Amino acid sequence: MTYQSHADIGGHEGYGRVIPEGEDELFHAAWERQALALTLAMGATGAWNLDMSRSARETLPDYPALTYYEKWIRGLEKLLIERGLVDRDEIAAGRMLHPARPGLPALRARDVPAVLARGSSTQRPATVPARFAVGQPVRMRAAAVSHHTRLPGYARGKIGHIDQVRGVHVFADMHAQGLGEQPCWLYTVVFSARELWGDDASPSHDVSIDAWEPYLEPVS
Amino acid sequence: MDLHVRALRTVLEQKGYIDPAALDVLIETYETRIGPRNGARVVARAWIDPAFRQWLLEDATAAIGSLGYAGRQGEHMVAVENTESRHNLIVCTLCSCYPWPVLGLPPTWYKSAAYRSRAIKDPRGVLADFGVTLPASTEIRVWDSTAEVRYLVLPRRPAGTDALSEEQLAALVTRDSMIGTGVPRAPESIR
Repeated sequence: MTYQSHADIGGHEGYGRVIPEGEDELFHAAWERQALALTLAMGATGAWNLDMSRSARETLPDYPALTYYEKWIRGLEKLLIERGLVDRDEIAAGRMLHPARPGLPALRARDVPAVLARGSSTQRPATVPARFAVGQPVRMRAAAVSHHTRLPGYARGKIGHIDQVRGVHVFADMHAQGLGEQPCWLYTVVFSARELWGDDASPSHDVSIDAWEPYLEPVS
Repeated sequence: MDLHVRALRTVLEQKGYIDPAALDVLIETYETRIGPRNGARVVARAWIDPAFRQWLLEDATAAIGSLGYAGRQGEHMVAVENTESRHNLIVCTLCSCYPWPVLGLPPTWYKSAAYRSRAIKDPRGVLADFGVTLPASTEIRVWDSTAEVRYLVLPRRPAGTDALSEEQLAALVTRDSMIGTGVPRAPESIR
């Protein structure tokens, strides 16, 4: 099975300049508010997790052509349909045509502040010691994988060093596939720009990523 | 798109998966309560209170939580401090990870392909798009938010602000200065 993410664009050329925007410009159409709220409300039902949401969006075939909230809506529909919560004919008709799946608790208005304030920590107790220590050089896994991953393409095979040890966290790669949390140690790994982009890069520029232990190999 | 989203909302409502009133609360929360003024208060406190600044740099989640900002997309906060010799810039190249409790919803440019693709490779070029030029000697660290750690830049306190109150200082702190694509306003701007 092939898995193609269209979201892994770090370091790619040709997207033009960045257009700054004022602090008050949160939405650019009324439906974008709804896209945000529907996505958060459905996420709160627990029908899927955040990593599954990211995976659903990044694999949309027309990802590059979609605006941000269009990705959210398309991703949401994909998750709803895949799980049998909603059928395509219902979205087309704009009304319920098939029975609802029972047992999915809707997020209630009165619970919203508490749910947002609580968030969803991904940190878990450590059961094994961290394999790597601050300052240690590491090489990032070079091979591509055929599933959701948070190891960006530009860092694959690159050598950096451990900048921080961040504790044990739910492993996004497995969590996105419905394979449980499989928590593992998370590190901030820092690379020189020259390692990532070549000798023309500035010597006073570095880039860090947050990387789970399975992404890392020791460098002897 | 408007009709399409309306249709989807109706289906979800009829199926009982969503409470329409909850949607209104969610929107209202991020339009009026959770935004970059929260982060500005965190920064202003760090500027006037050395103990808080230290706490923020050592345990940002707890320090920020003490001001009442916590939760979704801010569960694991890290504050990174700009200095005379070092500038920090935050990005999420893979999607749009952003510290919601302190900065609210990310701006369009933060989620754009242009920013996500270029910030890690050409940070000075991106800063130029924002009208920001750093001395050539300044080291730049770009933090790519690839897991659930969320970063907040602690910008440098502008000169000439010794007499300002915490509230006045917070007014100098822009959203972009807490992402690293901007610097705080000059004190003249609020007089």
